[in-house]
Amino acid sequence: MTGAVGRFVRGQPLGAAGAVVVLTLIGVALLAPLLAPHGPKETGFATYVAPSREFPMGTDQVGRDVLSRVIWGARLSLYVGLVSVVFGITLGALWGVVTGYVGGATDTGSQRIVDCLMALPPIILALSLMAALGQSVNNVILSLVILLTPTAVRTVRAVALGVAATPFIEAAEAAGASRARIVVRHLIPNCMASYIVLVTTNISYAIVVEASLSFIGAGAPPDEPSWGGMLAQGIQALETAPWMVFFPGLAISLAVFGLNLLGDSIRDLTDPRLRGGLG
Amino acid sequence: MSTYILRRLVLFVPTLVGASILIFVLMRLVPGDIAEILVYQTGSESSAVQKKQIQQIRRELGLERPIVTQYVDWIAAAVRGDFGQSYVQRRPVMDILRERFPRSMELALLTLVLAIAWAIPLGVISAVRQNGPLDYLARLVSLSGLSLPLFFTGALILYGLVRVFHWLPPLEFVSFTEDPLENLKQLIWPALAQAYYISAPITRLTRSQMLEVVRQDYVRTARAKGLAERTVIYRHALRNSLLPVVTFIGWWGGRLLGGLVIMEIIFVVPGMGSALIQAVSQRDYPTVQAMVFVMALVFLGLNLAIDLLYVWLDPRIRYA
Repeated sequence: MTGAVGRFVRGQPLGAAGAVVVLTLIGVALLAPLLAPHGPKETGFATYVAPSREFPMGTDQVGRDVLSRVIWGARLSLYVGLVSVVFGITLGALWGVVTGYVGGATDTGSQRIVDCLMALPPIILALSLMAALGQSVNNVILSLVILLTPTAVRTVRAVALGVAATPFIEAAEAAGASRARIVVRHLIPNCMASYIVLVTTNISYAIVVEASLSFIGAGAPPDEPSWGGMLAQGIQALETAPWMVFFPGLAISLAVFGLNLLGDSIRDLTDPRLRGGLG
Repeated sequence: MSTYILRRLVLFVPTLVGASILIFVLMRLVPGDIAEILVYQTGSESSAVQKKQIQQIRRELGLERPIVTQYVDWIAAAVRGDFGQSYVQRRPVMDILRERFPRSMELALLTLVLAIAWAIPLGVISAVRQNGPLDYLARLVSLSGLSLPLFFTGALILYGLVRVFHWLPPLEFVSFTEDPLENLKQLIWPALAQAYYISAPITRLTRSQMLEVVRQDYVRTARAKGLAERTVIYRHALRNSLLPVVTFIGWWGGRLLGGLVIMEIIFVVPGMGSALIQAVSQRDYPTVQAMVFVMALVFLGLNLAIDLLYVWLDPRIRYA
């Protein structure tokens, strides 16, 4: 176990740095109730207090502790990012494998639906979905699932088509394996690598979209500790209370940077052309 | 090749129609319509009177008809360039588009020019000096561009402008034809912030493409026959590396019109994105539909153009 970790650190130093950031993020998210000095929605402190010993990141326009909200924000971001990506990418991947293998009108039809979904600007599609669904954290997740699915369909379908054309699938068909068996036993395991890459590279994307939606006022309700929402409220008071913009912005940048570093190195490891190092 | 082009052309229209149906239906799923908003905002009458008023407004706007009829009427008018009347602004949506579209388009073009002018040379330098200090610097800069969310970069720039230059977002937008200098002063900051963000993937792609191309035999041949390194890199290697980069830029360019929303909000640019957000919250269906339609049209049109350009640029596709 330690050997594998050591090899990863030596082979992918940037990825390892990313992993440290991501693990810290997960730790903060899990331990938020213990780490945060105050509740995320707790008001009643003085408003616009500059960073001090009592409030290391200051307070906001209604007297909430920014540090506590940043800490709870990690939980919100990670929850939205993980859940939406796991559901969206899994749904899209299954859809892509099945339609790619079945082919014919099913495949053509599903590709056209994907085309239509991808023709709309993502943030605008998400915005309209949020307007239709109503503002809540779970609806942000649902919108993200709808946003992420088409990408996964595209990517995984292409991989599945490649796998389906190889002789061992033909052999399985000749041996009388059912279509369902081929999909479950042969195609899905062979698409796992691209599935994992899709999941790891899209978590940061989902976190940024959630923050962007909250920033334009269409994401999580304003009292929820969303980094994007906090930043939007901070911009209103940019001159008097820049810390309201600075700290949530820093938190999201750090989280995304860590996730990108980790995602990059996972992609490198799963790409056979770049493989070697982890042995 | 002609079948390929034909296929691409044939796919264009249904995708556009599909996308417009999608947004049409989506807008009608939004709880509350313009009639309710208008009546409940102003009215203090009894609920019976309000209900009557709501029904009357719906009838006037044709909102009580079946959704299929509404859509068919809308698309039939839209292809003739008539997007109907805005419910809120009470003027033709086409007028709003004529006002907003050029602004967002200018911002998008400015962003693309800035991004390309900076990202491609950076990618080339990064590849030519692979693993050197310049390469690491370029990679760090582009990775940080990828990690800083747009609204944060935008907010930081705004803060810098406010603190150092005592600059505030202008209250009134000046168009390029009115005063080019003033216009650029307003647009350069959102364009820079957005360009920094999209230049990151362009730099990375240029770098990886260059690294792949410079290892190919024909580049070795070019070097072997004694060409200057400059010529080898810029005339031989770069040209072939740029093909996927062009596709990628086209894809991003098509996305920009919608993606500029955040910059338009932070820097108070009255473009399409900010108008769209407002229209969604006011349930102004005709405005939303027209704007999303135009955004999808630009995105699909640009992708089509890039695909055709690709065929023309790369003989391997032309004769495949």
